[in-house]
Amino acid sequence: MSGGEVLLQQLIIGLSNGMIIALIALGYTMVYGIIELINFAHGDLFMLGCFCALTLVGALGLDRMAVGVGLAVMLVVTPLFCGGLNWLVDRLAYRHLRESTKLAPLVSAIGVSFVFMNFGLFWGGLPMKVFGMGKAAAAPKDFPLLVSNENLFGGSAVQFTAKDLMVIGVTLPLMIALTWFVKQTRAGKAMRAVAQDRVAAQLMGIDVNRVIGQTFLIGGALAGVASVVSALYNNSIYFQMGYRAGIDAFTAAVLGGIGSLPGAVLGGLFIGFARAFCDQYLATRWTNVMVFAILILVLVFRPSGLLGAKHGEKV
Amino acid sequence: MNRLHRLRFHWTFLAVIALIPLVETVFPHQRHLGELLRPIFIMAILGLGLNILTGFTGILNLGVAAFMAVGAYSYAILTCDIYPFQLGFWGATGLTILIGLTVGLLLGLPTIRLRGDYLAIVTLGFGEIVQDVLKNLDTITKGTQGINPLPAPTFFGYQFRPDRYQPWYYLFLAFVALIVLLNRNLQRSRVGRAWISIREDELASACVGINTMKMKLIAFSLGAAQCSLAGALWTSFLGSSGEPGNYDFQISVMAVCIVIVGGMGNIGGVLLGALVVSGFNSIVLENLTNFLKAHELISTTSVLTVPGNWKYLLFGLALILMMRFRPEGLLPSRQTKAELHPASERDSPA
Repeated sequence: MSGGEVLLQQLIIGLSNGMIIALIALGYTMVYGIIELINFAHGDLFMLGCFCALTLVGALGLDRMAVGVGLAVMLVVTPLFCGGLNWLVDRLAYRHLRESTKLAPLVSAIGVSFVFMNFGLFWGGLPMKVFGMGKAAAAPKDFPLLVSNENLFGGSAVQFTAKDLMVIGVTLPLMIALTWFVKQTRAGKAMRAVAQDRVAAQLMGIDVNRVIGQTFLIGGALAGVASVVSALYNNSIYFQMGYRAGIDAFTAAVLGGIGSLPGAVLGGLFIGFARAFCDQYLATRWTNVMVFAILILVLVFRPSGLLGAKHGEKV
Repeated sequence: MNRLHRLRFHWTFLAVIALIPLVETVFPHQRHLGELLRPIFIMAILGLGLNILTGFTGILNLGVAAFMAVGAYSYAILTCDIYPFQLGFWGATGLTILIGLTVGLLLGLPTIRLRGDYLAIVTLGFGEIVQDVLKNLDTITKGTQGINPLPAPTFFGYQFRPDRYQPWYYLFLAFVALIVLLNRNLQRSRVGRAWISIREDELASACVGINTMKMKLIAFSLGAAQCSLAGALWTSFLGSSGEPGNYDFQISVMAVCIVIVGGMGNIGGVLLGALVVSGFNSIVLENLTNFLKAHELISTTSVLTVPGNWKYLLFGLALILMMRFRPEGLLPSRQTKAELHPASERDSPA
């Protein structure tokens, strides 16, 4: 491989991973935009989505059906599961903490994250063939290769596989649809109104709790899509994978400007590329340090992010 | 509870705990409770360090394990015979506290002006960076092996031994008592009152002339110093720095759990929190596992029957339920309780 080809390959890897990170980051940024909560459990929700997808594969035998059918089933059921769960958590835990200090919901979200992680451990212990008959619950699980590794560039040294195409083919339209939803629909307008000023929105007759619930639902559903795409792309899932994924996505959201949808996508792509380049040109073992360094530097020097509006701090 | 009453509680608590090894020497039995209590002392010091930040000043720190790691590795490097320093226990512990103070100050200087949730994330990131750096700089830190063996402490010529637990017990207990005393006096000092005022309303505190950045920075460094002391003590006992992965996010969350379950801002509450949370983790879960194994009640095919597998779930639920139903903690400070449950709610007219 020549230097140019290596660079192109890293760009492709970075793009695919970046799109997945961006999808998770969107969920963070939407929830933060509306109630200023760092939804710590979001990464673990993504992890549970992966387990949901694998369960579907095992229960319905999706690996023996056509790729399109399997993909369609997973892309419908997993987002419903994740969105519903996210909505439920808001309803049971965070909603009661709206009037308390800012740190109370954050601590609660850390608790939810741990509970989810434990669910993931138990889920991996289910006596199903895809989970290795529950022998080692904590062990990473193989996700069957539903979308092939076949190189769409033919015999070229640079790999652009069917998986890469799948990632982009699923995430890009979804991001466009989300932008349309938030900008054009009545529900999206209500969301933006609540994000801007909750009390004023309430005075205009918007059911604030309902809108916040919808935000959790949509954010969770996006995490669900991300988990299907990620599981198909990486072919391995693990009950502690949510922590790392969550940190990457949160860094992306902060980098792009938390609360901003295009910012989250931009940040996700940036983190995806940065990881790929660091893996290739520096050293894999320093990649995580680099991501955290980016996170801290952005928070310290430009907390409004790349695209975030510069506004006074809401106290 | 009035002031005298609260004061009595702390010291009765410590006195009862101090008697345990004596009682156990008189009535010997197989497994000593005193031995099991040692990690709880360490977690209590860690929790008290976090309490300065979260309880007094209202800053959430999600990376106290990193300060513990800084303490552990500093102590190990200062005492181990493969490095040029080779200090004794007391010198190394003293220096470790200073190092913790400095690291806290250096991290705090650029980040302390950030708002609460962002600062929490910065500390979380710091916690992860410290682990990775310790792992990657293996020429200095020995990577995942950890730095060992370390010499055991001596006290006026008395040599500590791994097989006799009582001296360690009293050493740790003495440090806990010292920290309790220090924190109680800090709480009542000018600085402590400034911290509590910042927790209640930062803007108002600045308006009455408190240098809020300076006060928060003091809290940050002192908290870091206490956490690094916890790391140094534990390392001295283990005779090894342990591997970097020992100081992970789970330890940080356990410290948060201790402070929140016990009662934010109340020293007695934090001690109780350490006993409940850490005791549950290292005594109840472990013994339950041993008991179930001995009676062959654990099936190897089910993940659900191993008590340790429920740990995250229970810690998580503890945080969620405390935030929802009893944010002031099991043993609240009078002040926090009064704020969270205003008089109108408590004294409803009969």
